[in-house]
Amino acid sequence: MHPAFSVIFLTTLLGAGQGLFLALYTSQVYAFFHVLPPQADSGFYVGGSLLALLFLIAGLVASFFHLGHPERAWRAAAKWRTSWLSREVIVLPAFMGLVFLYSAVHWLGWNPPLITFEGGLTLDATMVLGILGTVLCFTLFVCTAMIYACLKFLQEWHSPLTVANYILLGGASGFTLAAAYSAYAAPGLVGFYGKWAIVITLLGLATRVATLLRNARLKPKSTLQTAIGVRHGQIVQKAQGFMGGSFNTREFFHGKPISLLRSIKWVFLLLAFPLPVLLLAGGLSSSASALLPVAFLVQYAGLLAERWFFFAQSSHPQNLYYQAIS
Amino acid sequence: MTQLALVIDLNVCVGCHACVTSCKEWNTSGQAGYMSDDRPYGEDPTGTFFNRVQTYEVGAFPNTETVHFPKSCLHCEEPPCVPVCPTGASYKRKEDGIVLVDYDKCIGCKYCSWACPYGMREIDEHQKVMKKCTLCVDRIYDQSLPETERKPACVMACPTSARLFGDVHDPESVVSVAIRESGGYALMPEWGAKPSNHYLPRRKTKLMIHADELVRADNPLKKEGHLPKPDLSEPSLDDVTSW
Repeated sequence: MHPAFSVIFLTTLLGAGQGLFLALYTSQVYAFFHVLPPQADSGFYVGGSLLALLFLIAGLVASFFHLGHPERAWRAAAKWRTSWLSREVIVLPAFMGLVFLYSAVHWLGWNPPLITFEGGLTLDATMVLGILGTVLCFTLFVCTAMIYACLKFLQEWHSPLTVANYILLGGASGFTLAAAYSAYAAPGLVGFYGKWAIVITLLGLATRVATLLRNARLKPKSTLQTAIGVRHGQIVQKAQGFMGGSFNTREFFHGKPISLLRSIKWVFLLLAFPLPVLLLAGGLSSSASALLPVAFLVQYAGLLAERWFFFAQSSHPQNLYYQAIS
Repeated sequence: MTQLALVIDLNVCVGCHACVTSCKEWNTSGQAGYMSDDRPYGEDPTGTFFNRVQTYEVGAFPNTETVHFPKSCLHCEEPPCVPVCPTGASYKRKEDGIVLVDYDKCIGCKYCSWACPYGMREIDEHQKVMKKCTLCVDRIYDQSLPETERKPACVMACPTSARLFGDVHDPESVVSVAIRESGGYALMPEWGAKPSNHYLPRRKTKLMIHADELVRADNPLKKEGHLPKPDLSEPSLDDVTSW
C-alpha cells in the first residue's frame, strides 16, 4: 500500500495521546489505592490531559488531509453498524470530549466524593470519568486497528497482532510522553511512568517482532492464476490497459526501492524500541531528566517509521493486475 | 431477486479496447459529471476509467497464447467494498444488485478501494470521489432508448459480442446459460466476494481421434474386401444384415 502521511500522523498522534491519557489515569488509580502518594497538585492532571487532548486534536487535523471532501466528514458517522472507520469517527470525538471533561473537572476542582468505600477509599468524579475514558480509549485503539485488521485480503494486516501493536505501541509512546511530562510537572512520578514505559515498549517490541516473523512467512492466497482465472504456471502480463499511471498504480504500491523498505524496518526496530528504553533507563537512573523528552521524540520518530513500514509492507492483491505498463 | 451482471467471453475478446472508449464516452457525458483525463496527449497520461482491457501471455514460446482480459467492477453479491464505507455512499441496490457510489455522499477516504481485492475502484483526482462501473445504470432503464439499446455502453460497442449482459439470477437468461454451458467462472474465488460478473474461458475445438480409429480393428489381417457375412442360422446384430 502507499503510505499516506496523513494516516501515519493520524494513527501515531492518536496513539501517543491515548497512551498519555492512560498513563495519567493509571497513576490516579494507583493513588486511589494508596500505592502511589496522591497528587496534591491537580494542575498535573489538567496539564497532562490537555497535552493528551492536543495530540488527539493534531491527529484529527491530520486525518482531514486524507479526505477528498473534508467538509462532508460528518457523514462518516453514518454506517457504524458495519464500518470500523465509522466507529472510529464516532469514538474519537467522544473520547476527546471525555478527556476534556476529565481535565475540566480536575481544573475546577469539582470533585466531590461520590462513593466512600470501607477503608477510606473515596470514588470521585474524575475517577468515574477516567474509567469511562479508559473504556473509550481502548475502544478507539481497537477501532483504529480494526480498520486495517478487518481487510482479509491484506494478509499482513489481517491478524489480532495488528490490534495488539496499535494498543502497545500507542501505549508505549504515551507512557514515555508521560515520563517526559512528569519530569517537569511532577518529578515524583518519573520513576512510575518511566518503568511502565520500558515495560510497554518491550511488550510492543515482542508483538511487533512477532508480526514481522508472521508476515515473513505469509503465502499470498491470490495469484495471477486466480486473478484472471487461467490455470497455467507461466502467465506474464503484457499490458495493463494504459500507458501512464492510474489510481491503481499509485495507491497500492509504496513506489520505493525494496532496499529502502528493508532499511526502514531496521530504523524503526532501533528507534522505536531499544533506543527509547536506553534513554528512559538513563533518564531514570541518573536523574538526567532531559533524556526523557529525547526518549519520546526518538520513539515517536521510530513509530512514524514503523507506521510507514506497516503500510508499505502490505501488498494488495489488486497489484497482480498492474505489473506491466505495455 | 435480480442481479444484473456482465459475462465476458475471453475466447472471443480481441482486445480492441472499443468497450473502454465507449464506456468512457458514455459515462463522461453522463449526468454524474465528467471522468477526469489529465495530460491525455502528454508524457504521463492518467485518468479515471470504469473499464480497462489488459493483455496477458500464457505459456512459453512457442506454445504461447495471448489472453485479452477486460476488467471492470464485478458487482459482487457480497461486495467487500460496501460495508466498510463509513458514510453509506457505497451501496448495493436491492432491486438489481448493481453496486453504486453516491457521489454526493462520498468523502473520498479511499477505504472502499482498499477493500476491493480486484482494484476495480478508481478515485477521480479532480472531483475527489470514488468512481466505478455503474453498469450504465443511466442507460439500461432509459425508456427513451429502443429496447435493444438498453444495455451497457461496453456491451453495445463490442464488435465480437464478447460481452453479454443480463440477470445472473434468472437461470434461463443469456448470461446464466453462458455461465452454465460454457464454463463461466468468477475471479479470485478465494475471498468469498461472489462476483456477479463471470468470465468464459478460452476454448479450443479439437477433433479427438483414438489410435484404433486409424486402423480397422475388425480387420486384423488388413485384407480389403467385403466382410464375410454370417450364416443365416447365426445370430446377427440387427437380425437383418445377415440375410
